[in-house]
Amino acid sequence: MANKESIGNVLFVAIGVSLVCSVLVASAAIVLKPRQLENELEYQQRIILDVAGLYEPGADISELYSAIEETSTELASGEQAPVYLVRSDDEIEQVILPVEGPGLWGTMYGYLAVESDGRTARGLQFYQHIETPGLGDGVDKPAWQAQWKGKRLFDDNGDPLIEVVKGPAPEGSDYQIDGLAGATLTGRGVSLFVQHWISDEGYGPYLKSLSGKEMQ
Amino acid sequence: MGEARKVLIDPLVDNNPVTLQVLGICSALAVTTSLLPALLMCLALTSVCALSTAAISSIRNRIPNNIRIIVHMTIIASFVIVVDQMLKAYAFETSKQLSVFVGLIITNCIVLGRAEAFAMKNGVGMSFLDGLGNGVGYSLILIFVATVRELFGAGSLLGYEILHTVANGGWYEANGLMLLPPSAFFIIGLMIWGIRAWKSAQVENPDYQIHEVHRTEVL
Repeated sequence: MANKESIGNVLFVAIGVSLVCSVLVASAAIVLKPRQLENELEYQQRIILDVAGLYEPGADISELYSAIEETSTELASGEQAPVYLVRSDDEIEQVILPVEGPGLWGTMYGYLAVESDGRTARGLQFYQHIETPGLGDGVDKPAWQAQWKGKRLFDDNGDPLIEVVKGPAPEGSDYQIDGLAGATLTGRGVSLFVQHWISDEGYGPYLKSLSGKEMQ
Repeated sequence: MGEARKVLIDPLVDNNPVTLQVLGICSALAVTTSLLPALLMCLALTSVCALSTAAISSIRNRIPNNIRIIVHMTIIASFVIVVDQMLKAYAFETSKQLSVFVGLIITNCIVLGRAEAFAMKNGVGMSFLDGLGNGVGYSLILIFVATVRELFGAGSLLGYEILHTVANGGWYEANGLMLLPPSAFFIIGLMIWGIRAWKSAQVENPDYQIHEVHRTEVL
């Protein structure tokens, strides 16, 4: 073609390729969306089960998930916020709270499991985040997640205490969690929003009502 | 037909994109800790490579020289997004493990290399076979590396236990190094050595010849 390099052809090819490609990408996204949402919902349920210690690889998620009771509580702002309960013999065994907040690159969405006393953490896991692969995404490592178990959420005055420190947590600390190497800001974000969600603006009043009798 | 066969078979060993051209090493290190993500990555790269070389070849006579690379990138990126969406719909958990690496196929040198070197000069059918052959050539290496790494690093294949590990009360002490990226370097290095010992035509000439200096030249 003699006029292949002409401005007209350059514009024609550029616009044509962009149009065809965008239609292709958009239709793939629309056609596959319902299935992806289904997968995401199932993954969220899996993380709830996992953080509660009820997940078994290979088992049917919707069947396991039937053990979780979904309820809600009113926050200080007047909003209704979801709470997930795990009961054994009618007694609340643990509560699972959705938490979300800014990491380094974007919002992190996860679940914090708390013992029935409302004061001790059981675990924290994320189902969606875009932290740096290899650094901040260490929040998905089982070894890091395991540190949350048994940590104190509040100090003696009932203020949020639990935190992710920079570098390794002091030996024997009962409220600090190791920072992730190369992901100081991810750790700082996690500290801040976990503290926010367990504070009086978040689920604080609800958590304290669980252990109301002991606290007074 | 002989030529089509050559285009398809050549990249498997004789002109392998990983072991001969040493391209696509980044993802070969990252996704080969276990076999399942490696298989999905191979599938993703092979389909992107074959489809995009065919698509680029079909409009090769219209693509202006000035914007050819950006046109290649647009087409490749679109196929990568489509493949990524498919993985999210049909292989959700494994696609989480692959994280950024499916997206990074866009910048994979093998795909862009075949588009620029082959698809711009050859017909649609041939370009498709060339893309397919190179994708399969890449896949062979990835599958081999991932098999070695998962088998010796975790004692399992595709999650099924083959070697009974000490951690599970068996006899096999898992080799933790195999799960770290450097082990892929060692394995690929050994493969390149092995292949070049077998096919000595692949051995490159040294870049520099040490020149013997005679006293008379110095003076």
